[in-house]
Amino acid sequence: MRAPLVPIRKLVLPAVAAIAAIVLVACGSSYFEIPIQTPIKPKLDVSAFQRVLVAGFVAGGGTDIDPNVETVRLLRSQLRLKSHLKVIDADAMPLAVIARDQAQTAASNGQPQAASADGASTAPVAPGASPSPADPANGAVPAPAPAQGGVAQGQTTTPPPAAHAPAAPAQAGTAPTPLPAQIKDDKDLAAYDRLFANTAYWKKLGEEYQSPLIVTGTVLFTPHDQSGFVQREQEVYDSFGRRQVVPVRTYMERKGYILRPKFVFIDGRTGATLYSETFREEVLYDSSQDTPALSSYFELMDRVMPGFLNTLASQKIRGTRVLLK
Amino acid sequence: MRVARTLLIVVLLTGFAGGGLAYADARGDARAQVDFGIKAAQADLWREAIFRWQKAVEIDPTYAAAFNDLAIGYEHEGMPDKARQAYEKALKLDADNDYIRQNYEMFKEVHARATGTHP
Repeated sequence: MRAPLVPIRKLVLPAVAAIAAIVLVACGSSYFEIPIQTPIKPKLDVSAFQRVLVAGFVAGGGTDIDPNVETVRLLRSQLRLKSHLKVIDADAMPLAVIARDQAQTAASNGQPQAASADGASTAPVAPGASPSPADPANGAVPAPAPAQGGVAQGQTTTPPPAAHAPAAPAQAGTAPTPLPAQIKDDKDLAAYDRLFANTAYWKKLGEEYQSPLIVTGTVLFTPHDQSGFVQREQEVYDSFGRRQVVPVRTYMERKGYILRPKFVFIDGRTGATLYSETFREEVLYDSSQDTPALSSYFELMDRVMPGFLNTLASQKIRGTRVLLK
Repeated sequence: MRVARTLLIVVLLTGFAGGGLAYADARGDARAQVDFGIKAAQADLWREAIFRWQKAVEIDPTYAAAFNDLAIGYEHEGMPDKARQAYEKALKLDADNDYIRQNYEMFKEVHARATGTHP
């Protein structure tokens, strides 16, 4: 019995493929994948500082975690690993409480909101200690600083002010605006911005710690629900058993978190804001997935961290590129 | 008349062939530099690699692959402005090259994430 003849047409394609493969092998590869490390220069010149104090954050959003404590802890550990600055160990400062107490003191004293240039009416509170509203040393909270950054999609930056000192403008006779006790959104947080403009306060704090670079800011970590149609890729097999990937739109209930940290870098020698930067990251999971708030927080901070670290220290980002002949 | 026409054709053909050969020669020389640069980069000798790729683009300023490699070298050495220029030149020369496009996208992504702005 003779085997059935294969039509020549059917042999053409494999033959062409084989010839192409032989030619490719003979000529050698024309591209080479290569690992590279891209160095990124720091955004801020911190050569004048030997120490860094991660003071604390005005935090708000959900109640699942304490974003102030977690952010202070995380930033310190990252700075220890990835910057040459000596990280000062101190308790995370309850900045929201401090700011509210200062505002209350100012209101009870009937003081106008103004930045004290000499520090006489403003003084820092020892880290970890909640200042007493009756303590006159807490002084006045200055008037709100000119808007800095605000909330942005992704990431926004505020370059250092030209004059180096964002002292709040004095508004004689203006009654202090009460600060919201519950920080739920950006609007509530914005009211606290005046704290970062209080140069005398930060200068005094800097003196306590031998003029370090002070890292502070705000952190908003809020739960977030989003339901709707999402496009997913689904594997299907046709009648011949061939695999195909097709886009399928399905309705999904998802929940997750939004993280909006704003990092403010303050010169501990002068109390002036050197630089501030706002980030925004969010993550959504299937509603059936029970992801703890803390692990979502770390997942989101992981995305923010390169941007934060790049402010202070040069970084090397690993990746691969393709060299061509 | 016929002889003159034939002569003209011969002269023209020779000219084209000569030009083509010169071009092929330039590309050949540039390719040798690129090859050497790739070997240097693989041996982690990036400055040598950059020097070779610079030579390659001097010899043949239409060689997209050489500009791509040069861009990668600049990127590795922390020269983002030069890297961007070289990537853009490579893409101008070979807009359909997926490898160059992918390299450039990754370069932009790294700098956008780390600095908050495109380089």
